[in-house]
Amino acid sequence: MRSGSRRTPDRPAPPRADSARTVARARLRERVVHGMFLLPALAYLLLFFGYPVVKNVVMSFQQYTAATFYTGSAPFVGLRNYAKILSSDLFGPALLTTVLFTVASLLGQFVPGLALALFFHRKFPLGGLLRSLLLLPWLLPLVVSGTTWRWMLDTDSGVVNRALRDLHLLSSGVPWLTGTSQALVSVILVNIWVGIPFNTALLYGGLQDIPAHLHEAAKLDGAGPLTTFRHVTWPLLRPVAGVVLLLGVVYTVKVFDIILVVTGGGPAGATETLATRSYELSFEQFEFGRGAAMGNVLVLVSLAFALVHLRANRRALNA
Amino acid sequence: MTSAARPSARRATILSAALALTLAATGCGGTGSASVGREVTTITALDYYTDAREHAQWSERLSACGKAAGVTVEHRSIPGASLVPTVLRQASSRTLPDLLMLDNPDLQQIAQTGALTPLDRYGIDSGGYAEGILSAGTYQGKVYGLAPTVSTVALFYNKDMLAEAGVAVPKTWDDLKKAASELTRPGRYGMAVDANPTFEGTWQFLPFLWSNGGDEKRLDTPQAAQALQLWVDLVKSGSMSKSVLNWTQADVHDQFVAGRTAMMVNGPWRISALNKLNKTEKLHWGVAPLPVRRPGQTLVTPLGGEVWTVPQNSSEARQAKAARVLACLNSSSQMLALARQYYTVPSRSTTAARYAQEVPSMAAFVQSVERSRARTGRLGVKWPKAATGIYTAVQAALTGEQTPEEALRHAQRIATDS
Repeated sequence: MRSGSRRTPDRPAPPRADSARTVARARLRERVVHGMFLLPALAYLLLFFGYPVVKNVVMSFQQYTAATFYTGSAPFVGLRNYAKILSSDLFGPALLTTVLFTVASLLGQFVPGLALALFFHRKFPLGGLLRSLLLLPWLLPLVVSGTTWRWMLDTDSGVVNRALRDLHLLSSGVPWLTGTSQALVSVILVNIWVGIPFNTALLYGGLQDIPAHLHEAAKLDGAGPLTTFRHVTWPLLRPVAGVVLLLGVVYTVKVFDIILVVTGGGPAGATETLATRSYELSFEQFEFGRGAAMGNVLVLVSLAFALVHLRANRRALNA
Repeated sequence: MTSAARPSARRATILSAALALTLAATGCGGTGSASVGREVTTITALDYYTDAREHAQWSERLSACGKAAGVTVEHRSIPGASLVPTVLRQASSRTLPDLLMLDNPDLQQIAQTGALTPLDRYGIDSGGYAEGILSAGTYQGKVYGLAPTVSTVALFYNKDMLAEAGVAVPKTWDDLKKAASELTRPGRYGMAVDANPTFEGTWQFLPFLWSNGGDEKRLDTPQAAQALQLWVDLVKSGSMSKSVLNWTQADVHDQFVAGRTAMMVNGPWRISALNKLNKTEKLHWGVAPLPVRRPGQTLVTPLGGEVWTVPQNSSEARQAKAARVLACLNSSSQMLALARQYYTVPSRSTTAARYAQEVPSMAAFVQSVERSRARTGRLGVKWPKAATGIYTAVQAALTGEQTPEEALRHAQRIATDS
């Protein structure tokens, strides 16, 4: 449009059109200025989010091995990487483990998280201090807490089994990390322990935003604590709860450091998830193409959850 | 110039500025620092000796060797787990160090990429080296890496516990099972290994597999099943904790030190720590070659150790200097010094023989190393797949998910999966 105006021969224009052009020019300049404010953010997003995602997608269609890093040659193989990982007999169990791990972790983090948030919402002495202490698991590096849990859950010498034995709750030790069915429960428990502070902090923030007079009104109307929660607190907390759950899904689906430290994916692959499989493919077997493909499957799973969340949100708004 | 063109000109400036920024950030702004003509005064070296004491000792060694070659060596250590990823990244950005240390089973993988140079180019003599370590450093007929010293695993035992139970150091698998069960007490196991689902678990299983005639090329053999059955029996009988499924070699060492196991499979790199405890905690320990299935079988153990390499580089002068430092690290005197410092074994056979005479307690390791095999010796770059198959089988069998035979059939499928 601008180049078009440049091509028109200089001709005395009527004064009204001229003022219109000035306005248009000013508006254009304003738009450019607005655009410039966007530029840093856009450049950042493209560089650190766009490029890796695109690169990962491209990689998943290539035979990308250790040699590729030096030679740069990565032959295009189409869908072969996907076919390979999806047809592997390890994929089904890993997907199931991922789903179990995610659902159980979410439930286990959200419900106690909400309970604690409600608890700390009441004012009582030392409440603030206790609330900040609750954040401790979040402050520790995962490798540190993971290693500590690994010691605590050891079958013979771990403190957990020791306590259970001393309390006469059981006579022999529970194979927390070495039983094929118990190990998944253990990593879920550790992940729940890590995730509760996050849930509590966000839900507590959400509770703070609910006007106090609504609770008072409910009380005046004779609503008990349960009714108040059901009809006042929960409906107003729903948007926050939705965000907490969505972030929880995204964070949980990709968890691999906890699993790697606590069980290493074992015993016999019982705690192998899509995320740990992706890591192994890339960094143990140097099959970077397949590792990338597995990573993309993981991204798709997260996206699916995000869509469900958006859908649910829209329905909630319409209702 | 029309005024309407001004915003577009400004936009172009902004765009080019942004582009320049992007290029600078991604490091495409031209390297230009590599000088071919100028004399080389410093070279860089990368390894995974992050332990403070070890790092300092290596810095000292590298700078001594650098001095002889007329260069100062900038020494950097990064954690073992991130070494290979770092090297791959450096390979793609052409920023590899001049001198690079690699764990020996990784060498062929890196050599395959073309990022390393063959050492015969610099006239480095690889004669007199033990067969195993040379095969680990060789890719397609050319030697790319040399290790000054090597190590392997052996059986460590608690002398007091064996004496108290009246048990002799086991020489065969039957001895081992019997000894382990007799040494087991409440709160204590007879034996400990690392059977975790990593390459470390595979590494500890190899001596049992190989000594019995098993082979990583064909995992579903009766010989391999017998080896796996031994571990299964030890766990099933309660002589070995089921936690071996989750223990690292360091954990196994801790169990041994805490008196929770009477015997363990571990390597000579534990000796300096154990020696200290010998004095303070009165832990009396001994070390012996690992048992074999029946008397007369030859013990074959996996070879451990780090090889030094000279990566591809734009400057031949730098490579030549790095090669001189590498040759110095592999000289007999350095080999002996390193071996004494870390309880490893010199990789040149004649030097090793001299060392065995000088340090009799290391004789068991010197003997074992002579016959030890490199993990990548047979399969080369396909080793990681076989290694994954092996630890998967060990895990499946020890948890009781599969019988050793089934587990090994599955392992073979993993190993040959393309």
